[in-house]
Amino acid sequence: MSARTTAEASGTSGGEGLARAFYRFRQNPLSLVGLVLVALLLFLAIFGPLVAPYPEHLAGEVSVLDRFKPPSAAFWFGTNEVGQDILSMVVAGAQVSLLSAMGVIVIATLIGTLIGLAAGYFGTWIDEVLMRFTDLILTLPALILAMAIAAGLGPSIVNMVIALALAWWPGFARLVRGEVIGLKEEQFVVAARAQGAGAGRIIFRHILPNVTSPIIVKMSLDVGFAILAVASLGFIGIGVRPPTPEWGVMLSVSRSNLPHFWWTAIFPGMAIFVAVLAFNLFGEGLRQALDPRARR
Amino acid sequence: MSILVVEDLVKHYTVRRGWFGGAAETVRAVDGVSFVIDSGECLGIVGESGSGKTTLTRAILGLERPTAGRIVFEGEDIHALSPKALRAQRARIQMVFQDPHASLNPRMSVRDIVAEPMEVHRDVLGLSGRQMTDRVAELLELVRMERGHLTRYPHEFSGGQRQRIGIARALACNPRLVVLDEPTSALDVSVQAQVLALLIGLQDQLGLTFLFISHDLAVVRYICHRAALIYRGKLVEDGPVDQIFDAPRTDYAKTLLAAMPDPDPGKSPFWGPAAQGKIQPDSEKGAP
Ligand SMILES: Nc1ncnc2c1ncn2[C@@H]1O[C@H](COP(=O)(O)OP(=O)(O)OP(=O)(O)O)[C@@H](O)[C@H]1O
Ligand SMILES: [Mg+2]
Repeated sequence: MSARTTAEASGTSGGEGLARAFYRFRQNPLSLVGLVLVALLLFLAIFGPLVAPYPEHLAGEVSVLDRFKPPSAAFWFGTNEVGQDILSMVVAGAQVSLLSAMGVIVIATLIGTLIGLAAGYFGTWIDEVLMRFTDLILTLPALILAMAIAAGLGPSIVNMVIALALAWWPGFARLVRGEVIGLKEEQFVVAARAQGAGAGRIIFRHILPNVTSPIIVKMSLDVGFAILAVASLGFIGIGVRPPTPEWGVMLSVSRSNLPHFWWTAIFPGMAIFVAVLAFNLFGEGLRQALDPRARR
Repeated sequence: MSILVVEDLVKHYTVRRGWFGGAAETVRAVDGVSFVIDSGECLGIVGESGSGKTTLTRAILGLERPTAGRIVFEGEDIHALSPKALRAQRARIQMVFQDPHASLNPRMSVRDIVAEPMEVHRDVLGLSGRQMTDRVAELLELVRMERGHLTRYPHEFSGGQRQRIGIARALACNPRLVVLDEPTSALDVSVQAQVLALLIGLQDQLGLTFLFISHDLAVVRYICHRAALIYRGKLVEDGPVDQIFDAPRTDYAKTLLAAMPDPDPGKSPFWGPAAQGKIQPDSEKGAP
């Protein structure tokens, strides 16, 4: 558990280190698949409504005659119960799913990192209190906690993101605390203390830069799981609400169309699956590239 | 004139064995050590592993509060100082660490590593970023490295070069006392000799005082004026190096010296007659 090996071998200190990390990343074809899929998802999240084949369907301008069309040349993924093109919906859904999942992870990372830094660096009763609280939240099932918070805050996308983030940060806090406890005994930290450097300087100049690799790896893995959580909340009806195109919501609505109109369920389901997989492959690739301990 | 006076220094650690706070055991890491370092001299501290050498340096650097005793640096008891005064005092005592790989932050450039003491004591020194960079370049030349190394990172250097960077950092704030905890034991033989020669040259040139900790008797004999033997937290004998090694007074010291491994031909740069002529220090060891 030497923090030095992480920091040194990840070597993103200089440009050369980054090049080496990217070389290691490319060694694994699965990581590249993850990278391509993540890039595609990000592209859709930004330009989705522009590249959707039937953007007017998203605004509700549909023809009743197009209801429940099976997949065809005109509608690759078929149409739903009101005649909307499912491909357009899936493409547009990337925006809500990705942006809210990334929002969840960014907020969770900020909270978790600050708590983990404080607990790990200061130790004693500060660590005790912060970690008791962290463990308490960790023992509650994240989704149920998020449901409770979201119910309390009222239904909106922003509230859902806040709710999930409040349930999500403990993992980051534990990760960061563990790394900090190893790092603060490192000689370069002792050297800084011996020079008279204060806690703020040591934490932000010496410790935090050496924890960024594991944080980034966990962030990219967790975005995948957060996409799943966002879809789950949409599915049970307390996250994103129906007119907004979102994969979980689409799945939920499709339940009454099964089994006959299978395409209304299968494509949003596949979108969720591919997104979770993409971030997992990408995150694992980053882990292998940045953290030599993970390699055989 | 003495620069550092250590009086009856004691540092005990309480180690808990087992759960529920069962039998607490006291480790007497440093157990009543007294010595004096004069301005401009190099005092060697010799002792086997676990004898309390590092604990002693941690107390002198103000990193750890002693259980008892006093450490008086330039007339001031450092553990009686206010936190602010202690912080200022720290610019005057600097340290060079044993492991040149672990003691430099891998994420910081050489410029930032060497400038750090100046950053930390910015309020006192009042240097601008520009001035610090110039000073770092100067320091790099002082330790025989190139100015161009400023923008590089530690992983781009060999062990000996890294140790030079560590020495440059220690010199950044013009310290009076430099504590060196086995500064060469992690280096290759040939590199050890170069670094030691550099240290002797710097001591002469800058009028530094060294507290030099080592396992290697030959190294201590080469670089130090006086030496102190410590065993299990207690100071056994101290005096001029020649006397300590050639004519130890106490039986304890004799046994200790006999028990300490001979300078290993593969490890010590000062072993064998062949080595004698190879070392070219920048200047001869000056009298204290
Ligand atoms: N923080 C601590 N808690 C408990 N015991 C400690 C602590 N630090 C040091 N010790 C103990 O104090 C004794 C002296 O340790 P110290 O590190 O000062 O020895 P040393 O002379 O530097 O040894 P080495 O040559 O191996 O570096 C050892 O028995 C060590 O186990
Ligand atoms: Mg030691």
